[in-house]
Amino acid sequence: MRGGPRTAPDGGGTVPYGGHATVGAPTGFWGLMDTDSPLIDDLARDLDGSFEALVLAHQDRLYSIALRMLGDPHDAEEAAQDALVRAYRALSGYDRARILELRLRPWLATIVLNLCRTRLSRRPAAGQAALSLDLELPGDLEPRAEEAHGPAATAAARDAAHDWARLLMTLPPAYRSAVVLRHVDGLSYPELAAALDRPEGTVKAQVHRGLALLRTAFEAARLHEREEMTA
Amino acid sequence: MTTDDRTLETAMAALLTTAPATLAPNILADVGLADRYTRFDSPIGPLVVAWNGLGVSAVEAAGDDASFEATHRLRTGRPAYRVERLPERLAAAIARRLGGDRRVRIDLDLRGHTEFERDVWRKALEIPRGEVRPYGWVAAEIGRPRAVRAVGTALGHNPVPLIVPCHRVVRSDGSIGQYSLGGPANKRTILAAEGLDPDALESAARAGVRYIGSDTTHIVCLPTCHAAKRITPRHRVPFRSIGSAAAAGYRACLECRPSSGAIAA
Repeated sequence: MRGGPRTAPDGGGTVPYGGHATVGAPTGFWGLMDTDSPLIDDLARDLDGSFEALVLAHQDRLYSIALRMLGDPHDAEEAAQDALVRAYRALSGYDRARILELRLRPWLATIVLNLCRTRLSRRPAAGQAALSLDLELPGDLEPRAEEAHGPAATAAARDAAHDWARLLMTLPPAYRSAVVLRHVDGLSYPELAAALDRPEGTVKAQVHRGLALLRTAFEAARLHEREEMTA
Repeated sequence: MTTDDRTLETAMAALLTTAPATLAPNILADVGLADRYTRFDSPIGPLVVAWNGLGVSAVEAAGDDASFEATHRLRTGRPAYRVERLPERLAAAIARRLGGDRRVRIDLDLRGHTEFERDVWRKALEIPRGEVRPYGWVAAEIGRPRAVRAVGTALGHNPVPLIVPCHRVVRSDGSIGQYSLGGPANKRTILAAEGLDPDALESAARAGVRYIGSDTTHIVCLPTCHAAKRITPRHRVPFRSIGSAAAAGYRACLECRPSSGAIAA
């Protein structure tokens, strides 16, 4: 069946990432973001000659997905490396027609996400932080207007990103992955549905629920910080 | 007071970050589209070894990094990235191989070379440390007895000298012959480091000794065969040709197979 489920290269389940019958044509803004078409043609024609271009085009997003899923830069680099190596091996086994059917963004996201899940499941239970107050939460979570410009802006943004990344790590992995793919990586909902192998309605609900959990965590942390300041 | 979705979405979008500079080279090296390289010391001076996810791809005398990278790209079409040191497992495997352990597995990336060249190199891998075989022996053993010159050429093109021990293949007249890794002097140094005496080898060859038999077992060997080395001096019988050994009632050693590419006269 064209566009039916296919096995991802890491063997971590079946995902539909191909034909339009499954995920529909990309529309609107995100449809315009599909910059992979020339790359797909090159990959189908000359994998070895164009794989470096794929790596350069996708390494930042795959590393970012892994970093936000795993929380650890070293783990994230390994997962991103593993994902792109697996992608290469899969592509070298695909015929031309199969490569041309690929939608690289969700396909690569699936690969790295499955590898992150495997890594998370191997971690000791203590490593999977439950949704809770983080008593050591540093920095000021609230972006302040006066810090938006000037030399302090970069450092403040970095601190804020660090804090948000820690909050994100408190989400259960299923919600975290939905939020990361949608709002860190910027996948469209059709791409997200393909990457997670769930109906679009389900992934939308996961993203919204994930954001709600994040908001709760954020506000709890802010409240906690204020209490500490006034104590 | 609640935090609106825009704040959350903006915060999440700011979590997109840049991959470490090491990521792309590591990926390309893992899949064999780029190589890593480093230097290591050997009895013939500093060498460069290059490798990727498929195996070791080059061994050569160390020069400056830029010229190695340029020639490597010309030869293989791949970029090479310098790293601090060999991965531990590879370093241990190379040390064991250079120490004479032929069982240790070292993957080689020999893409772009002919099947004939690979046959020659595979055969060279069978020659034990401390022994040598003539070019004609290699040619005969791979089923191309007339391709002696081509064997010499293939050995000269060996991209991974020392790991594939092309230095253990010598001229059929017993002289040491050429060596791709810095010339014949290096070949002698390596053979000496492996326990052979190249001078003694050449002077025996000049005196017409191509084979050594034992008058107790009536088995005839190539002079450097480990079995021949065990023959005590008073039982050693030199032969000029495998034909004269056969005429004297000697049979060929099954280890060194001296009849392969033998001088028949």
